[in-house]
Amino acid sequence: MGLTDEEYARILELLGREPNETELGMFAVMWSEHCGYKNSRPLLKLFPTQGPRVLQGPGENAGVVDIGDGQAVVFKMESHNHPSAIEPYQGAATGVGGIVRDIFAMGARPIACLDSLRFGDLKERRTVYLFSGVVAGIAGYGNAIGVPTVGGEAFFSPSYQGNPLVNVMCVGLLEGAPAKGAAAGVGNPVLLVGAKTGRDGIHGATFASEELGEASEERRPAVQVGDPFREKLLIEACLEALKTGYVVGIQDLGAAGITSSAVEMAGRAGTGMEIDISRVPRREPGMSPYEVMLSESQERMLLVVEKGREEEVKRIFSRWGLDATTIGRVTQDGVMRVWDGKTLAAEVPVRYLTEEVPTYVREGRVPEYLAAAQAFDWHTLPEPADYNEALLKLLASPNIASHEWIWRQYDHMVQTNTVILPGSDAAVLRVKGTSKGLALTCDGNGRYTYLDPYTGGMIAVAEAARNLAACGAEPLGLTDCLNFGNPEKPEVYWQLKQAIEGMAEACRSLGIPVVSGNVSLYNETEGRPIFPTPVVGMVGLLPNIERRAQQGFRGPGDVIVLLGSTEDELGGSEYLYALHGLELGRPPRLDLKKEARVQEACRTAIREGLLSSAHDLSDGGLVVALAESCLTGPNGPQGARVEIARAGLRRDSAYFSETQSRILISLPEENLPRLAAIAGRLGVPYSVLGRTGGERLEVDDAISLPVNELQRVWKEGLACYL
Amino acid sequence: MKFGVVVFPGSNCDADCYHAVKNVLGVECDYLWHEDTDVAGYDAIILPGGFSYGDYLRTGAIARFSPIMAAVADFARAGGLVLGICNGFQILLEAGLLPGAMRRNVGLSFRCEFIHVRVENADTPFTGAYRPGQVLRLPIAHGEGNYYADPETLAALEAGGQVVLRYSEPDGRISEAANPNGSLHNIAALINKEGNVLGMMPHPERASEAILGSEDGRGIFTSMLRYLERRRGR
Repeated sequence: MGLTDEEYARILELLGREPNETELGMFAVMWSEHCGYKNSRPLLKLFPTQGPRVLQGPGENAGVVDIGDGQAVVFKMESHNHPSAIEPYQGAATGVGGIVRDIFAMGARPIACLDSLRFGDLKERRTVYLFSGVVAGIAGYGNAIGVPTVGGEAFFSPSYQGNPLVNVMCVGLLEGAPAKGAAAGVGNPVLLVGAKTGRDGIHGATFASEELGEASEERRPAVQVGDPFREKLLIEACLEALKTGYVVGIQDLGAAGITSSAVEMAGRAGTGMEIDISRVPRREPGMSPYEVMLSESQERMLLVVEKGREEEVKRIFSRWGLDATTIGRVTQDGVMRVWDGKTLAAEVPVRYLTEEVPTYVREGRVPEYLAAAQAFDWHTLPEPADYNEALLKLLASPNIASHEWIWRQYDHMVQTNTVILPGSDAAVLRVKGTSKGLALTCDGNGRYTYLDPYTGGMIAVAEAARNLAACGAEPLGLTDCLNFGNPEKPEVYWQLKQAIEGMAEACRSLGIPVVSGNVSLYNETEGRPIFPTPVVGMVGLLPNIERRAQQGFRGPGDVIVLLGSTEDELGGSEYLYALHGLELGRPPRLDLKKEARVQEACRTAIREGLLSSAHDLSDGGLVVALAESCLTGPNGPQGARVEIARAGLRRDSAYFSETQSRILISLPEENLPRLAAIAGRLGVPYSVLGRTGGERLEVDDAISLPVNELQRVWKEGLACYL
Repeated sequence: MKFGVVVFPGSNCDADCYHAVKNVLGVECDYLWHEDTDVAGYDAIILPGGFSYGDYLRTGAIARFSPIMAAVADFARAGGLVLGICNGFQILLEAGLLPGAMRRNVGLSFRCEFIHVRVENADTPFTGAYRPGQVLRLPIAHGEGNYYADPETLAALEAGGQVVLRYSEPDGRISEAANPNGSLHNIAALINKEGNVLGMMPHPERASEAILGSEDGRGIFTSMLRYLERRRGR
């Protein structure tokens, strides 16, 4: 069941007796990493979680941040890595379902999803199977529930071969105060609503907390099956029920099913709960108490309702064709008591399952690979003989190529709020009835984190914030998904700790609170851990949505400017991978003070209406960003002519270095003095590179390619594998 | 003037249609619950996009049996304007209010993107605000929009001017490449013989405001409004 001998001994000590099978199952799931965060909890305390706008930080179903006018955004990201590794469609689909429930459990209407995906090499047939299955699963579920999937990222590296990462973020819009996930009010009835309970997904939480191996295929029954239609009904019914004011507490049933929801709700309120599982509506006869308590059947919620108001609440669910059954009541003795009719099936003090979760502070050790990997010197590699060819190779890399194949399968426009569609640095949604906009992004670079966990953690935060700055938004807060290997290995624990410390420093320096998150450990196959991959989801605010920017050049005649400056930093770059097959070197450095100034300069210029476009520099560096801006313009492809090469920097580094704190912008020439004033005031270096126009991208005398050829290669780069 | 937007339990474009009619067009609008049996007092009814009853079977196959559809059919027989968008179009086909059927998209995947359609018939209550041959930039978002009808039906549709919108290139040329789903004759929208029931796969409600990247869809709603005002004036 995933418990160690020591943990079992601790259970005996707490209970003063042997647990029965149901009780043991409850301990196993509540004490799993997935539910109990036993390895990560002490580390997560390093994150700053406070801020003037934060209404709810970590600990509830999702984080809540004030956006003025009595409105708030609610958001969280969650992983569904293990299920997706063996059953891609359902694994990903139920990942969407779970995170969406976390959002409307706060009383917010889900308004967008984003997905952050990591897969192995697309030349492998299994990768293609997993990847296309995951995308179809996200599409199948998200499209049906009417929540647009507006953004995300996809990255391919052999490191994720057997253990893909599927992280989904959901964002909701809340009018008024957030709902609570607490079982308050002794004597209040507890209602189970939504789908019936079946045998699917039993021990999904413990499965998620172990390494993948040859036996994982047998875990297929631990993967749940989603029913998006029922989820859609559940969204509407729960939001309607919450409006009545009779719902005291609400929580979704996710990992560990009724057990975790009931225990967490009672834990938050400091109460107890008594439930009778013989009342739980079931899909099949003969289920044992153990199975009912641990089932992870999807599309279910637990509600605590004001006593005497059950009927009003139940009527709403009945109108939406959903079950709503009173299965218990809130008690004051702090004990979780499970009845099966007249038989007592389990009796465990709530705090044994929550506060008594063992936590481990482990010793980390610097991994052996690190010194050699960091010492790699790319200057020993020859310069490309032909820079046209080098650029085309980079644009064809699935990590850089157009990801339209993915997002074209997602309904990214439903709810008619999507103002900047997928394919730019961040998606921008309008908030109907206001002048506000919300910018949404997710980001993370496992390769950097592998090569330097601290810097990789910092960059994940900084780059997400830069994505938002590039569309004119101010970061409100972030959610994260920490995807790592087995923390019981000192090297993995060291990576985790370093990455969290790096993220925390960036959060503090940039003033961005962490309001929710999720940890996914044990991402290993056959004993080999994945690249340590912290993924950051970030939400930003645009006070006036009319003042926004997107990444594509708008038309001919604009001046092209680089904010920030380029250093000799090809370590861990996409250039080294796409051209030389190497994932080595020291990743780019990050100066957080400079980063903040560059972002502020870009944001200010956008808000003053100076810019035609703005594009964050990331994978592939400056010349790739130039090509992307040429290809993604709102008025169709656009050529450009620039001068980049400079003394003291080898040409490949000048073109493809992934130096941080850089944003590529374009603007009408008459706005240049005002831009210069902003950059001067903030101390941000900038350089005028050239102009938009024509039908070719021309860089110095080294690159000259027709834009339509760039487009063909870039559009086919990912799609050609599928 | 009063529009009604039908809400099936799995509709997900109901609020978008309501927003387009009420807030963009400025016309009175109500939601109509799928269990209602009366649509008296409405001038036009919209069947919105979504997944009416989950659509695990054929799209719209269950919706045709919902209580409100009998009322919608009566309303259509009496000459009321009925607009089915996306899933609404699929439901109109299943309910027999329009001929033919939808198959899964060629390529078998869901497609959400802006496409172009050419106005083939501007002499309908739904397209009167457009010029004949005008090219519109509208979004689609569907997995089953591959229109099929037998050759006789197709010939009759073409002869009767019932093909209202056709997938086209941005310059209006009709080509295989411009067809996102494999529909026969590039059909994107159809009208019934009587000229009061229109089904279309593209989403006009998603292209009715400049901030969303296109206003080309608003003409569908303004056409309906103008037609209704003229009819009332008569």
